[in-house]
Amino acid sequence: MDSYEAVIGLEVHVELHTKTKAFCSCPNEFGKEPNTNVCPICLGLPGVLPVINEALLEYAIRAGLALNCEIAAFSKFDRKNYYYPDLPKNYQISQYDLPLCRNGYLDIEVNGATRRVGITRVHMEEDAGKLVHGEGGADYSLVDLNRAGVPLLEIVSEPDIRTPEEAKAYLEKLKSILSYIDVSDCKMEEGSLRCDANISVRPAGTDILNPKTEIKNMNSFRAVQRALEAEIKRQCAVWAGGGTVESETRAWDENKGTTVPMRSKEEASDYRYFPDPDLVPIVISPDRVSRIRSELPELPDARARRFTSEYGLSAYDAGVLTASRALADFYEACARNYRDPKLVSNWVTGEFLRLVNARNLEIRDVKLTPAHLVEMLELIDKGTISGKIAKTVFEEMFDTGKRAEEIVKEKGLVQISDEGELSRIVEEVVTANPGVVADYRNGKEKAFAFLVGQVMKATRGKANPQLVNRLLKERI
Amino acid sequence: MEIYDLTAHELAEYIQKGELSAEEVTRAVFSRIHEVEEEVQAYVTLTEEKAYAQARYVDEQRRAGKKLGPLAGIPVGIKDNMCTKGIRTTCSSRILENFVPPYNATVVEKLEAAGAVMTGKLNMDEFAMGSSTENSAFFPTRNPWNLDCVPGGSSGGPAAAVAAGEAIYALGSDTGGSIRQPASLCGIVGMKPTYGLVSRYGLVAFASSLDQIGPFTKDVRDCALVLNLIAGHDPMDSTSVPNPVPDYTSFLTGDIKGVKIGVPREFFGEGLDPRVAEMVRNAIDKLADLGAIVEECSFPYAEYALPVYYIIAPAEASSNLARYDGVCYGYRAVPEKGEKYDIIEMYMKTRSEGFGAEVKRRIMLGTYALSSGYYDAYYLKALKVRTLIKDDFARLFENYDVLVSPTSPTPAFRFGEKANDPLTMYLSDIYTIPVNLAGIPALSIPCGFVDGLPVGLHLMGPAFGEGIILKVAYAYEQNTSYHRARPPLQGREKVKANGKTSGGR
Repeated sequence: MDSYEAVIGLEVHVELHTKTKAFCSCPNEFGKEPNTNVCPICLGLPGVLPVINEALLEYAIRAGLALNCEIAAFSKFDRKNYYYPDLPKNYQISQYDLPLCRNGYLDIEVNGATRRVGITRVHMEEDAGKLVHGEGGADYSLVDLNRAGVPLLEIVSEPDIRTPEEAKAYLEKLKSILSYIDVSDCKMEEGSLRCDANISVRPAGTDILNPKTEIKNMNSFRAVQRALEAEIKRQCAVWAGGGTVESETRAWDENKGTTVPMRSKEEASDYRYFPDPDLVPIVISPDRVSRIRSELPELPDARARRFTSEYGLSAYDAGVLTASRALADFYEACARNYRDPKLVSNWVTGEFLRLVNARNLEIRDVKLTPAHLVEMLELIDKGTISGKIAKTVFEEMFDTGKRAEEIVKEKGLVQISDEGELSRIVEEVVTANPGVVADYRNGKEKAFAFLVGQVMKATRGKANPQLVNRLLKERI
Repeated sequence: MEIYDLTAHELAEYIQKGELSAEEVTRAVFSRIHEVEEEVQAYVTLTEEKAYAQARYVDEQRRAGKKLGPLAGIPVGIKDNMCTKGIRTTCSSRILENFVPPYNATVVEKLEAAGAVMTGKLNMDEFAMGSSTENSAFFPTRNPWNLDCVPGGSSGGPAAAVAAGEAIYALGSDTGGSIRQPASLCGIVGMKPTYGLVSRYGLVAFASSLDQIGPFTKDVRDCALVLNLIAGHDPMDSTSVPNPVPDYTSFLTGDIKGVKIGVPREFFGEGLDPRVAEMVRNAIDKLADLGAIVEECSFPYAEYALPVYYIIAPAEASSNLARYDGVCYGYRAVPEKGEKYDIIEMYMKTRSEGFGAEVKRRIMLGTYALSSGYYDAYYLKALKVRTLIKDDFARLFENYDVLVSPTSPTPAFRFGEKANDPLTMYLSDIYTIPVNLAGIPALSIPCGFVDGLPVGLHLMGPAFGEGIILKVAYAYEQNTSYHRARPPLQGREKVKANGKTSGGR
């Protein structure tokens, strides 16, 4: 397998969270009773006409610019004709030969190296409804058109991706950028980001283009990575066995851990694209593009670079912190108000993210505020609490949203910095552990740590560690 | 003259003065409908109760001293491809036979707001595909001038209804001549406005880049009044143009001195009935007598209009009509007991049973023209030639204010005469089709009779040149009397198909 390399291109669909649908005024919302969030237009009733939602255009241009694309001054909508019961008009309004955005790229980092993945095109289209298949071999399916007409972006990468890991990194970066510019929440598990992959393999170091397969039905970033790993293995085995990979569409089977055939290329549809006569051409002025460009927020790569230079963070930590805009905002709100941004980074990438994941939360839903974290760090600086106690305080703050001082008071967690009291405890520990004290005096460094631990235990962790160290050293 | 023989502006004057009530006018039109409808068969659905309610409302408004619009209380028929809330809209197709829209077309909204009294929904060739109304899935409409002849199409119902006094005016749609050709064959005024002047929202699409709604009226003043009402920008239609709308009656001066009229020689070639040609030549002479400057001119791409149209229109139709699949609304084929259809079988049976032969023919033509491997040779090439045709017109309108031609090469033909020969039928629209391809406005006005059948003069103007067309048409009308002729319909006294609402005859 090492003698082969993969050639991978990804086709990603993201739902844009505009207020209303792409071509009608239905709210762009989820979770309603089937077929209640619909109107004559998204139902495709006879005689209705689409009118483009200006916000869709705005979001699409924003995304195109964030992905370093050229924005077409002249673009249009086309009809993609195919019959499917979840498609009310039996054509999808999409863009064919004149997409809104072209020739972009994004940079990914894998194993410390940066790679640039080209973006062929980004275009606008409308989503279809959903089929709900009857259960238990029922001979019917139900159609829910709530999603019909929801705006989508299709983002097509160049076949620049070489490994499943890179594919995952590409998706993560794409999600990060699109969330930054606030056009989509990109949740693959919930279907607001969908990904199909085109993949072929070839002898490493050659530029042969072998027949590719298209992989569908992947429901998470991890699934994409696993499916591609499985497909590379399969294709390599076919070539190694003297066979030929067939051009076909395959589905990822999560349970089997393999891809399975869906349909051959001969069955591919002829979509009979043609310009949608109900919609007028899209003309974008250079002024509009520059306005939208000037309104773009700082994007993850630029922000990570700034974090390393401004806050002295490692590239790795900066990358972690800037992957999500909400996390980066949280970090920055703390770092700006605290003397040691690296310490803040340790807390945010450490305890904070640990708890976010453990509690399965979205960052925006976290009760802890940046100001509260700064206050806590200041309590450590003042010696009110120890770094160790701080972890307990932090978790309590995270879960309750209370301020550190309050928690410290409630739970009696104030650090013991009273020399007299600590000296008494040190005396007790030394007296109770003559053997260990002897070991220390004979050069066993570890013995000292044990004694510190005993002091901490006696104070239930509240003793000021620096003070304990000094007092112990003085005593023995 | 009977009430139903009067024009909208005449009736409006009586209503405004209180000499006739809207209810009386409505009653007169419905009694005319009951008298002649069995012969003419213009309506798919009658909305008599709703009409009286609206008429009474208008009368109340008038009595209360409210200022009425110029068409308030006047009975109007609507072609059955414009959506009417709560009233079935069939496109004269089995597939929509029981479709009741939950919304009004924009033009219907405008009519209602103006106090118009809707009499019902008018017959047409299925999905507006045809030139004789023989393609209606329900029944053919007859020409009031000769019941053995077709009224033209696709808006045969609206044309026949207005000619027969079954409506004072009507709205139709014109994709390749579907207003002007039946207006010509039924001896009334019919206008296709500039593409984008009238909202298409709620007009069931045949070919979206060509379809346009327009009026059928008994004279030019009515045409201007109806246009005043229905023209104007609609945010629900992206292709509707945000231009200010002039008062079209302001063009009705009767003075056409110095107006430059071009006569494209290509519109007088092979296939034109010499008797029709003579009537049209006479009309052109009349325009010259009235002071217009008439010149022969050339329209080199005219001969390509028909083939271009029969690629573009079916291509758009194949996509527009894809939605009639039996899934959400409309006709759905039901399997025999014990049988089951999968989704593909359901689609196929539904569409095979739901559409008529001409609709299927055009869906196939259009699907073919858009197919991979043929797209460039057919659809793309057609778009290019369409541009050349547009350019031809633009060039001519640099020199001429209007162009004139016959509306249709023949007067009304007999039932069955062309029905089995689609190509001959298609030629019926040879003079009207270029106008739709170019998106410009045109009007047909009565200019004589051949064997008792009306002949129409076709006036074409530049984009948004409705005013100049109406000006010329009005001057012509003021100096002729064809518009005052009424068909020799016997009627069937006391025949009362009361409350007819079903189309399934």
